[in-house]
Amino acid sequence: MPKRTDIKKILIIGSGPIIISQACEFDYSGTQACKVLKQEGFKVVLVNSNPATIMTDPEIAYKTYIEPITAEVIEKIIAKERPDALLPTLGGQTALNVTVELAEKGILKKYKVETIGADIKAIKKGENRQLFKEAMKRIGLDLLKSDKARSLKSACNVAKKLGFPLIIRPSFTLGGTGGSIAWNIKEFKDLAKRGLESSMIGEILIEESAVGWKEFELEVMRDLKDNVVIVCSIENFDPMGVHTGDSITVAPTQTLTDKEYQQMRDSAIKCIREIGVQTGGSNIQFAVHPKTGRQVIIEMNPRVSRSSALASKATGFPIAKIAAKLAIGYTLDEISNDITRKTPSSFEPAIDYCVVKVPRFTFEKFPEAKDILGVSMKSVGETMAIGRTFKEALQKALRGLEIGHSGLDNKLDYRRISDEKIKLRLKEPNASRIFYIKYALQKGYSVKKICSITNIDPWFINNIKEIVELEKEIRGKKFLSGELVLKSKQYGFGDKQIAQLIKSDELFVRKSRKKNGVEAIFKLVDTCAAEFEAYTPYYYSTYEEEDETRFSKKKKIMILGGGPNRIGQGIEFDYCCCHASFALKELGYETIMVNSNPETVSTDYDTSDKLYFEPLTFEDVMNIIDREKPDGVIVQFGGQTPLNLARGLEKAGTPIIGTSVDSIDKAEDREKFAKVLKKLNINQPKNGSAFSREEAFSIARKIGYPVLVRPSYVLGGRAMKIVYDDISLESFISEAREVCEGHPVLIDKFLEDAIEVDVDAISDGTLTVIGGIMEHIEEAGVHSVDSACVLPPYTLGEDILNTIKRYTYALSKELRVKGLMNIQFAIKDDKVFCLEVNPRASRTIPFVSKATGVPLAKIAAKVMAGKKLSELGFTKEVKVKHIAVKESVFPFSRFSGVDIVLGPEMKSTGEVMGIDSSFGIAFYKSQLAAGQNLPLKGKIFISVKNNDKRNIVFIAKKLSDMGFEIIATTGTYKALCSNNIKARLVGKISEGDRSVLDLIKKNEIALIINTPSGEKGQSDMKPIRSLAVMQCVPCITTMSGAQAAVNGIEVVMKKGFNVRAIQDYVRDIRDFKS
Amino acid sequence: MKAKLVLEDGKIFEGFSFGARGQRCGEVVFNTSMTGYQEILTDPSYKGQIVAMTYPLIGNYGVNIEDAESRKLFLEGFVVKEYSGIASNWRSKKDLGSYLKDNNILAIEGVDTRALTRHIRLQGAMKAIISTQDMDEKSLLKKVKSSPGLVGIDLVKEVTSDKIQYWNKSGKYKVVVIDCGVKFNILRELAKQNCRVIIVPSYTSAEKILGMKPDGILLSNGPGDPAAVRCVVENVKRLIGKLPIFGICLGHQVLGLALGGKTYKLKFGHHGANHPVKDLRTGKVSITVQNHGFCVNIKSLNKKDANITHVNLNDNTLEGMRHKKLPIFSVQFHPESSAGPHDAKYLFDEFIRMMEI
Repeated sequence: MPKRTDIKKILIIGSGPIIISQACEFDYSGTQACKVLKQEGFKVVLVNSNPATIMTDPEIAYKTYIEPITAEVIEKIIAKERPDALLPTLGGQTALNVTVELAEKGILKKYKVETIGADIKAIKKGENRQLFKEAMKRIGLDLLKSDKARSLKSACNVAKKLGFPLIIRPSFTLGGTGGSIAWNIKEFKDLAKRGLESSMIGEILIEESAVGWKEFELEVMRDLKDNVVIVCSIENFDPMGVHTGDSITVAPTQTLTDKEYQQMRDSAIKCIREIGVQTGGSNIQFAVHPKTGRQVIIEMNPRVSRSSALASKATGFPIAKIAAKLAIGYTLDEISNDITRKTPSSFEPAIDYCVVKVPRFTFEKFPEAKDILGVSMKSVGETMAIGRTFKEALQKALRGLEIGHSGLDNKLDYRRISDEKIKLRLKEPNASRIFYIKYALQKGYSVKKICSITNIDPWFINNIKEIVELEKEIRGKKFLSGELVLKSKQYGFGDKQIAQLIKSDELFVRKSRKKNGVEAIFKLVDTCAAEFEAYTPYYYSTYEEEDETRFSKKKKIMILGGGPNRIGQGIEFDYCCCHASFALKELGYETIMVNSNPETVSTDYDTSDKLYFEPLTFEDVMNIIDREKPDGVIVQFGGQTPLNLARGLEKAGTPIIGTSVDSIDKAEDREKFAKVLKKLNINQPKNGSAFSREEAFSIARKIGYPVLVRPSYVLGGRAMKIVYDDISLESFISEAREVCEGHPVLIDKFLEDAIEVDVDAISDGTLTVIGGIMEHIEEAGVHSVDSACVLPPYTLGEDILNTIKRYTYALSKELRVKGLMNIQFAIKDDKVFCLEVNPRASRTIPFVSKATGVPLAKIAAKVMAGKKLSELGFTKEVKVKHIAVKESVFPFSRFSGVDIVLGPEMKSTGEVMGIDSSFGIAFYKSQLAAGQNLPLKGKIFISVKNNDKRNIVFIAKKLSDMGFEIIATTGTYKALCSNNIKARLVGKISEGDRSVLDLIKKNEIALIINTPSGEKGQSDMKPIRSLAVMQCVPCITTMSGAQAAVNGIEVVMKKGFNVRAIQDYVRDIRDFKS
Repeated sequence: MKAKLVLEDGKIFEGFSFGARGQRCGEVVFNTSMTGYQEILTDPSYKGQIVAMTYPLIGNYGVNIEDAESRKLFLEGFVVKEYSGIASNWRSKKDLGSYLKDNNILAIEGVDTRALTRHIRLQGAMKAIISTQDMDEKSLLKKVKSSPGLVGIDLVKEVTSDKIQYWNKSGKYKVVVIDCGVKFNILRELAKQNCRVIIVPSYTSAEKILGMKPDGILLSNGPGDPAAVRCVVENVKRLIGKLPIFGICLGHQVLGLALGGKTYKLKFGHHGANHPVKDLRTGKVSITVQNHGFCVNIKSLNKKDANITHVNLNDNTLEGMRHKKLPIFSVQFHPESSAGPHDAKYLFDEFIRMMEI
């Protein structure tokens, strides 16, 4: 079918900030879609609140709104832009939800906006459990059976009919308690009785449980002519019961016969037709009983998802790109396959390798939360590896996870782990179960036994056993024969892992295996298992006969990516890597991307001239460098991951371009850095490095409490703490030992109530230009990334700003920066202190670039390739008329029981931007975008620490004047009353008064302002804050945040707010300049 | 035990044996299906061929009783990257290695099957020898070169059944299947569609078939060069115009020849389960299962007699045709699938509708 000509302008909704379960994959899908639609001649209007995305780059869409993704805001955009159609299936759950809301509010009808891809009916049918079940029953697909019961007797009858295990869900409970699982009749009777009692209508739903069944996913595509193809099949290593995002997954399926696979395929096709997804991709999940083969359909997502990003990277079939083309009327057979060029997209990719995805967790950031996995997703990132066998791919993936493993190696001595512990870690799905499987095998557990405890398929366990057996063969050997080395490499063993086993070092293993001719070769990901010629250079390494790399005569630069997302390193760095690639292409270089994160734009084969999907370790990167011999390697853009490799790569003779490794070291090494500051006469908080417990105490006392303590060489403020006395220092040191093995503990004077400032600058070695100065809203002590910040600064005076600039220029010169640098300053009593310098891309680069319209990462990449800033036309800091506020987004709701108070340890997963001509509105927008819906009326609960009592008076007064009702605890109440502010008193929880909690539960509190008072006072407020998170009540924990919020509420109350495209702001900046 | 695969152009692949011992010659081809090795192994159309699987992990789910596509394994050898000795599936009865040994089929693992596939793609399917005994490359190469290959050889007679058999006892339509190496799933599909299925040896005369008074005739799939199975072509010529005829794969080629068309050898054939085929009558695309090294020349067909109904979207080769006046049609792919997607099953309905008229 030809392309539709009746629509011209299409609205695309992005997925907003990075949160657990929605990450870079939607930037990848959204960017692909925008690019395709633009190429096809459509005007794309994009809304996404996340500035750290490629899709929000001004050149990607016709109009880009970096605005909150709410129905109210999108209505404003629709009213202004009048799009003909809305494509809702590329922005994750966020886009689907808001699309449904827009439809239900009649907004789409009012402005005559047609949904393309999936209509509202299909979205609802796919998303609503009941509607989905009914639909699947209609087409005869097997589902998990369930029934309701209103008495214990009838419950037991149902149980008898369905068989164990069973899930019991009370209908209509206060606070919505989840289901619980019963394995036998005794447990069942207990749970059923309790369930019947807790249900407000005395009813329970009893459902078959598929816990422990095999789990599968299919990625399905459909076009307007009803052609359907399966792009990829995925088998989960972890059986049902673990969220698929938290599971190790494998593509394609490994243990299904063709008969079973085709049955699943048929069901998937029936499903997508019945749900009525007109065009595009869907993800459909199945469970298979391991003993009987019974297949049940679990759920479907009528949109692209993280799994579809994985499937795209695993097969080379660009799902989102094709989905966008299908949405505008093309059919699959009309779209050619990019990779083969000659064959159409109406086919099913044939894979000739094995793909393993391993999730990355950050439980260490939330020590209060257990690392047990379940049906709610907990992982923050993932890595994917490609190998010719499962064993190879698995070990590569574990290496690519960057958690200190170079394969399936041992971090613990298995002999010291008790049987009980092993059994428990096998039974309860958890982040390190894969390693416990290995320990169990080493301890002599049989495959059968492990399977029966874990319910993991014996095929997987057996493959792990083969790894363990080969490890045994290697261990203790002095020399490895060429044959054994080759076999171990084919099994995915890392050089480092082999070195550990033969008590040697990585470089030795590398050298000797190369001498034996055992070298990595590279094969292509080509969608067709080599049946057709592939034109897209998308490679993975393996150890076999034939190498398929092709070389051009161009000069080439290699960019090292950031690996799996984690707290502290995510989409911002991927954004920078992509920009580096775009910029260097513009200069005529061949660009080579290396990364292992399947969610990202950087691992789109369209982004760079060549893509190597490989772990970011010394070994894997050197293998590519040996083959490609690039003219330059960039380590500045991928966060800490490539920086950590820099020294080793340089020693191996790699030409690293940009700021030198020595300079990086100068900035990262505390002592060397202190010398630099001293030389430049720049203030630094008093500090010291302690290599022992005693030293730590003596330094802390000398400097004077409070002090900021942290292990060196970590990103994201891992294990960083503010310590007020000897006792808490003691507990920090005992905790930190594990993290900082071999590295010293860093101790800095903590500047209380200081204002923090971030500066991003760029230098070509002679000229340094400031990209942006950002003032933090939260005071020092909150990790710089977690803090909200404002560009340009909103309270700092000209003289302070001048000092900051002077320091920036001096530091850049001294460190001989070539490329980007980020500096953190703290201002206390009008004195500027330098906290740290990072001579690399920082997480704020995309935000600054969006706020100022200057593509900093691109300019930096060009500078690193030898261009001068003057040649690039960037010689002066850009001044903006508008205000941009960056706010962070946190995963607290995923980790029940975790406190939300911010500190020096970074906890945010993502960010949003609010942009407007007034600070108040920009702040209000940033809060709205971050899910903190600041109220315009209602009750506000205030409870602040003593220090803040004076300042809260002004804030409360304003709120009261604006018509809010104020509720306060004793201390705050007194302060307010004595200033004639009307408030209602509530008691403290610790005194037995739980009325605040009740009010929050009943959704009667519209906003909470609560500044925590040290460690002791926390016990009282923690339950309030935790409940607020669960109930989605905005909660502000700093005075400066409260001030900004009041400011925002006031402005919005008075005059509301408008939306404006980023392209219009950029135009303003240009006009302003000229 | 070590094993070798030597190609006629001198290319050598080494690996380890996981099947029977010995040495066998055949044409080496690659199959891109990711599931269904048991169906592939038991497909009689692979007679004369050594099959290399492009999917690297084979044997994972073992073998079972139900998924066999014929009474035995006809292929000459099997090549994979990694053989899985552990079979994990609720229906599995045996591991693949034992199955191959029991059926006396040579198999080799540890081969860079992607390199092999690329070699075949670039150089074309060619003769090869697989050996666990003779390891002398020169001697092996000599053996390959002197082996007969596929072209011009009637392989159908090696795989067809030797007597008339009844697949099932009852059914509304009586269908005679001319067995050139028929896959069980064709018979299963017919039986499912209320057909009474009679299987006859490929050499059965047209008169004898007509004497059975069937409602329709199915020309089955089978191995090798269609031009070499002259007796079947001649028989089919005599059946044309008498009864509804449905040809599948080799059956389609035979029909093409019987209608005066020509066949030719493809460079490396179509062997896989992901081939897009467009039905020109509806514009819809089916993902089809394919297994053929020869093809009917689209231009050689007399346009007055036959309409082209199906085309392969990868290379625009002929995939299906239908007689303009008579109830005769055929497809190059496998609507019975097994192994592979079920998209093209609708063709059995068409056959039934033809018999109804």
